[in-house]
Amino acid sequence: MPTAIEVRGLVKRYGPLAAVDGIDFDVPTGTVFAFLGPNGAGKTTTTEILEGLRRRTEGSVRVLGLDPWSDGTALHRRIGVIPQDFRFFEKITPKEAVEYYRALFGTDVDPGKLLAQVELLDKVSARFDTLSGGQKQKLGLALALTNDPEICFLDEPTTGLDPHARRAIWAVIRALRREGRTVFLTTHYLEEAEILADHVAIIHHGRVIAAGTPNEIIRAHGRPARLRVEGSPELAAYLHATLGLTAFAEGGRIDVELGSARDALRVLNAIESSGLPWSAFETAQDTLEDVFVRLVGQMDDGALKSEAPT
Amino acid sequence: MNGRRVGADFRVVARSYFRNPIALFFSLIFPIILIGLFGLIFSNAGGGAVTLPVVNADPGCPFDPVTHNTTTYCQEFLAALNSTHVVKVDVVSMPVAAFASWLGQKDYTVGLVIPPGFGENYTNRLPANVTVYSNPQDAASSGTVFGAVQGVVNGFNLRAAGGTAFLGFRTSNIGSPVYTYIDYLIPGLIGFSILTSPMFSMVDITSSYRKEGIFRQLSLTPLTRSEWLISRVLWYIALTFVTAGIMLGAGIELFGAHVTFTLGLLPFLVVGSFFFVSLGMLAGSIAKTPESAALIGNIITFPMMFLSGTFFQVSSMPPGLQEFAHLLPLYYVIDGMNQVLLFSNTTQALYDLAIVLVGSLIVFALAVRFFRWRDE
Repeated sequence: MPTAIEVRGLVKRYGPLAAVDGIDFDVPTGTVFAFLGPNGAGKTTTTEILEGLRRRTEGSVRVLGLDPWSDGTALHRRIGVIPQDFRFFEKITPKEAVEYYRALFGTDVDPGKLLAQVELLDKVSARFDTLSGGQKQKLGLALALTNDPEICFLDEPTTGLDPHARRAIWAVIRALRREGRTVFLTTHYLEEAEILADHVAIIHHGRVIAAGTPNEIIRAHGRPARLRVEGSPELAAYLHATLGLTAFAEGGRIDVELGSARDALRVLNAIESSGLPWSAFETAQDTLEDVFVRLVGQMDDGALKSEAPT
Repeated sequence: MNGRRVGADFRVVARSYFRNPIALFFSLIFPIILIGLFGLIFSNAGGGAVTLPVVNADPGCPFDPVTHNTTTYCQEFLAALNSTHVVKVDVVSMPVAAFASWLGQKDYTVGLVIPPGFGENYTNRLPANVTVYSNPQDAASSGTVFGAVQGVVNGFNLRAAGGTAFLGFRTSNIGSPVYTYIDYLIPGLIGFSILTSPMFSMVDITSSYRKEGIFRQLSLTPLTRSEWLISRVLWYIALTFVTAGIMLGAGIELFGAHVTFTLGLLPFLVVGSFFFVSLGMLAGSIAKTPESAALIGNIITFPMMFLSGTFFQVSSMPPGLQEFAHLLPLYYVIDGMNQVLLFSNTTQALYDLAIVLVGSLIVFALAVRFFRWRDE
């Protein structure tokens, strides 16, 4: 698969502080890539380097085969960017803003169609300073699409939006992917990354601490899948003795750690043959958010290096 | 340079402007207010007569013209003063001893006392002295009154001696034949708006657009910094044309200014706007924050606002200030407009224009050089 973005050994230093401290990743063309990390982790710095807005200290960066800093002008014709906290000329309406961008880029996009795509059709003639935060963000998204970009950079596009507006933005992101565009997304919402992204990288203190598909990351860094059943400590002891699986009993509930999907069937069979009383069962698995919180927490505790992920 | 992009940006600037009531007020209404205000305050100094309070202490010559007196010499004297048209006699009734302090209270800077026995002494060819009160702080009014009283006194003496006047004079003004303060005020105020309108707003938007990330946003489009600046220059040229038109119209219609509109004015509107848009952007680019930008803008703008011949003629300033004024770019814009509007002096106007044009090119280049879309 061709690569839209290629980052190798990227470093950005501000004086003695390394905001980005040697990161590598690839974004395949036509995929949604989510770049996650706590505040101050280096997300925005990295994103701005990829967009050609900030100069890197070291390393190599290729976006659509171009160096974002030295080939910025050529690159900007082929990418769309919606920054965090998008701001625009206060007295200009969304329709006029799109017309302005259309003239700047020399494209022939239909403002009505574009604003309909981001669900801003009811505000085409409202001045920017009267728009809500979500509406401003939608206009930013529309402007980022004016030049029919090959890559869209969306820096926290749904922060501060209500659930309905968030889903509208998600729909746009999915549509972008369907159209074959590459989406580079930073977000605070892990659930959003898990739903939308083909690939995820988690950055912390300027370094990538986990990368892959959401499932790969969960498998690599999450706790094992669990089968949870309501039952007595005797049942837990029985399951451990017969199956050799770890089983915790607490408050009338038993958590059995599963090595594989097949283990779930073995556990259910063993429960049935134990003759002990039991009721409702469910399986539980770590979400990306669980993994994220644990990874970031462990790294802050200095425990990450001693743990060998399996 | 791409005309489509400059045009698109120009439309955004124009729309932002027309939707901003404060900006509209300052470019369309404020010039008329300025013309009106300064026209009313200073028109006396140029053309109108000086009001001269007079105490008539001659009992043989009461001020009431209805009463019949044996002599009317003092009334003749006051009528002669009025007929000079440079003073306007206003006879007041009070003791001579209280006159000086009354003048001070009423903020008059000049006054005249006709002494007791004025009429009788003149009839008998005996000396009589009128007293002129003056305040050195208002040299203009004092000089006017001294001159008028001196002239009338000489006329009375000549008549008493039975002589005939041989020498006389006619009056003529410098520049247009009948210039008044308002005529000089119009080029000055056009210069004022060429300076202030782009300076204040360019300094402000250059620094605040950077802070809000709007420049960053624009840097992701094909719009170049030069195109952005050119569209601002074009906008302020257009705005200056409108403002200058309003000022000329208001000056001529409301205050009877004798200004000759010539096409020679237009190059100064164009080059002047070009200079101060660039200077505003340069000041805004050098500053780190919007607050320091405003400070830098004010430091540049205020001396020029008052010392370049806007409200006061540079030639009426002390020599040291005049030399300083010659260092200010706005001086050359206003002087050039004076040359074309009042004196029809093309050579001097071209010289002024050349100075502003060279300055503009330097400031424009510096502005583009220091103006940054993105961070290093």
